[in-house]
Amino acid sequence: MWMTIFSIVISGLITNNIIFSQTLGICPFLGVSKKLDSAVGMGLAVTFVIVLSSVVCHYLYMLLELAELTYLQTIIFILIIAALVQLLDIVLKKASPSLYTSLGVYLALITTNCAVLGTANNVVAEGYGILETVVAGLSVGLGFTLALILMAGVREKTQRAVIPKPFQGFPIALIIAGIMAMAFSGFNGLFA
Amino acid sequence: MNGKTLRNAALGGILNNPVFVLVLGMCPTIAQSNSIINAFGLGCATAVVLVFSNIAISLLRKVIPDKVRLPAYIVIIATFVTIVQMVISGFLPELYASISSFIPLIVVNCIILGRAESFASKNSVLASAVDGLSMGIGFILSITLLGAIRQGLGAMGLSLFVQPAGGFIVLGFVMALFNCLMGIFKNRHKTLMEA
Repeated sequence: MWMTIFSIVISGLITNNIIFSQTLGICPFLGVSKKLDSAVGMGLAVTFVIVLSSVVCHYLYMLLELAELTYLQTIIFILIIAALVQLLDIVLKKASPSLYTSLGVYLALITTNCAVLGTANNVVAEGYGILETVVAGLSVGLGFTLALILMAGVREKTQRAVIPKPFQGFPIALIIAGIMAMAFSGFNGLFA
Repeated sequence: MNGKTLRNAALGGILNNPVFVLVLGMCPTIAQSNSIINAFGLGCATAVVLVFSNIAISLLRKVIPDKVRLPAYIVIIATFVTIVQMVISGFLPELYASISSFIPLIVVNCIILGRAESFASKNSVLASAVDGLSMGIGFILSITLLGAIRQGLGAMGLSLFVQPAGGFIVLGFVMALFNCLMGIFKNRHKTLMEA
């Protein structure tokens, strides 16, 4: 039991990192990794949505299985995620206006973050129980945050570097991400 | 409806290439470009969804209220994705086995929602269909090109390039090359770009 939980945590955080190993959620990873503080805010907001949506999707999939409507999985899941993001938008606006303004437009973009839908699909496909679902959602989200923070740290430095014109912007960010992914692939098979 | 809109829509796949210029839909591009077959298969599935969702959204653009347009678009897109998923799992089970986890994720591919929001919701059905087709072909070409480069390098024994790390690096270099070529092209054909 504890071993399973432990391996889910390690796999979500490092060996099966959502960005570097599964290559999901690249758009916000490239878009929001220019500054350290917005990277942290985005990472935590995405973590929150991933955990919540995985849990809701976990229960809804049980209902769909009972009703033999599993082919509706994609449509239902994306609607749930869109509704949750909208809910988070309303709650944050009331509860914490400062965080709300600092997240800005990125909040709405969480809906189209494929890390969220991808994790919900993975969790359902693996047939996890509720505890495992929460742990998996949390560790995938924190793995995303970790990748975002690491990337932001490097990119803040590259702003002062001399980069050939065609490589400026996204190309150099992709190459940096590739080198980081190489480092992460070194962890493969660590706790297999 | 005029010729200029149509021509711009038809050239959009190259001049505004979704992968190399707009930098949309990165996740499937990197994840599924590890072989030519996977890349081409997923590219075609995405293009089909793109064309049909562009047509449907353009037809419904006067019916959908502005406030609920995003959820409405997502439901339309998800419907076409489900249809494509059923067709591929029914007729091409081998392809389905290797790209199945990425087919549902076509829903959240920003190329599709991006074209719906910025083009299909404002233009006629014909122009939207042409735009979808051109963007779809642009996406198929770029993801297949990446798949060919990565599979080729992998076959030479550089197994790194078949892994995600190689996907990031190859995409970075191809994007830089594309930027470079587009810079030269734009200088030569300034009048075409401004038209």
